[in-house]
Amino acid sequence: MTINERVAAWTEAELGVEGKVLDVVRAPAQVLSVPGEDVDPTAPEIIQLAADLIATMRVSPGCVGLAADQVGVSARIFCVDVSTHVKTKTHHGTYVLCNAEVVEASRNEKAREGCMSVPDLTGDVKRASRLKVRGQLPVTGETVEIVADAFEARCLQHEIDHTDGLLFIDRVAGAHALHQRQTYL
Amino acid sequence: MTIHAITVLGHDRPGIIADTTARLAGLGLNLEDSTMTRLRGHFAMTLLCAGEATTEAIRADLEPIASDGTLTVTVYELPEEQAATGAGRLFVLSVHGGDRPGIVSTVTAEIAAAGGNITDLTTRLSGDLYVVVAELELPADADVAVLESAIRRVTQELGVDATLRPIEADDL
Repeated sequence: MTINERVAAWTEAELGVEGKVLDVVRAPAQVLSVPGEDVDPTAPEIIQLAADLIATMRVSPGCVGLAADQVGVSARIFCVDVSTHVKTKTHHGTYVLCNAEVVEASRNEKAREGCMSVPDLTGDVKRASRLKVRGQLPVTGETVEIVADAFEARCLQHEIDHTDGLLFIDRVAGAHALHQRQTYL
Repeated sequence: MTIHAITVLGHDRPGIIADTTARLAGLGLNLEDSTMTRLRGHFAMTLLCAGEATTEAIRADLEPIASDGTLTVTVYELPEEQAATGAGRLFVLSVHGGDRPGIVSTVTAEIAAAGGNITDLTTRLSGDLYVVVAELELPADADVAVLESAIRRVTQELGVDATLRPIEADDL
């Protein structure tokens, strides 16, 4: 695994603004079902949104990623931090990606996923465990590529799905792959 | 050898499965296929059992399970029939959106119109969110794109979202 050192070194300090904690939207809110708009990573409102996403992720127990549509903004931007999760192998710490897309995906594995926007259900979802993603960092707008594995790869696919207007419910493996959540974080 | 379909439905409590299956085993019945789940606090199971016991004998043996009035038990003998051949293509359909009457009936009508057979279906209500996940088999000559656009049309009218995906089986 090759870590992208630029992304791994990124912190929210680069944003230069304080993030606000926003309310998380729950399904069936329409904003979760429509593809987000491409964003300008250098625009002040997008930089503020990046900071708000991280602030909201930080105060939400167990939250390892949050997409803009989950705070009611239909825009292709999300934050990720899987560094403390038990299923994580390699990771890039905390970062925000704008206009991200999957470039390569392989080695599908099935695992149970939950989502802050669907708080009472979990589902078994097959996702690639080796993933190459291309996106832009906020503020500078520089394009970066990340090669992710294991849980970070799953998290990136889940967040990119949000930016495409998809929930994990759209990818559950079958009729017995949807579960009532038994324990809450 | 006959096959009996047995359903047990009612208020959930520990021991329903153990009690029911012990009685069936005592009658020499083999549990061939079953589904058991809890729906909003109610336990529901459907069992297909093979054996020599008569319908009357099974009903009599299971009668004590329903005696306190919290469970309903039904027993039917099934006719002999061949299992479906399964020559079609398999798909998963996910539907989710705001709860309202008619989501399942509307969407499944489109699948039926395309000659599709639903083999498994689960619904969940979570707050305002209603979710349907169905596994279905489409005839080999069915036009998937036409079915997809029909589903898209009716789900838009219902104000819900739907995704139809092929089931990929990995042979190892």
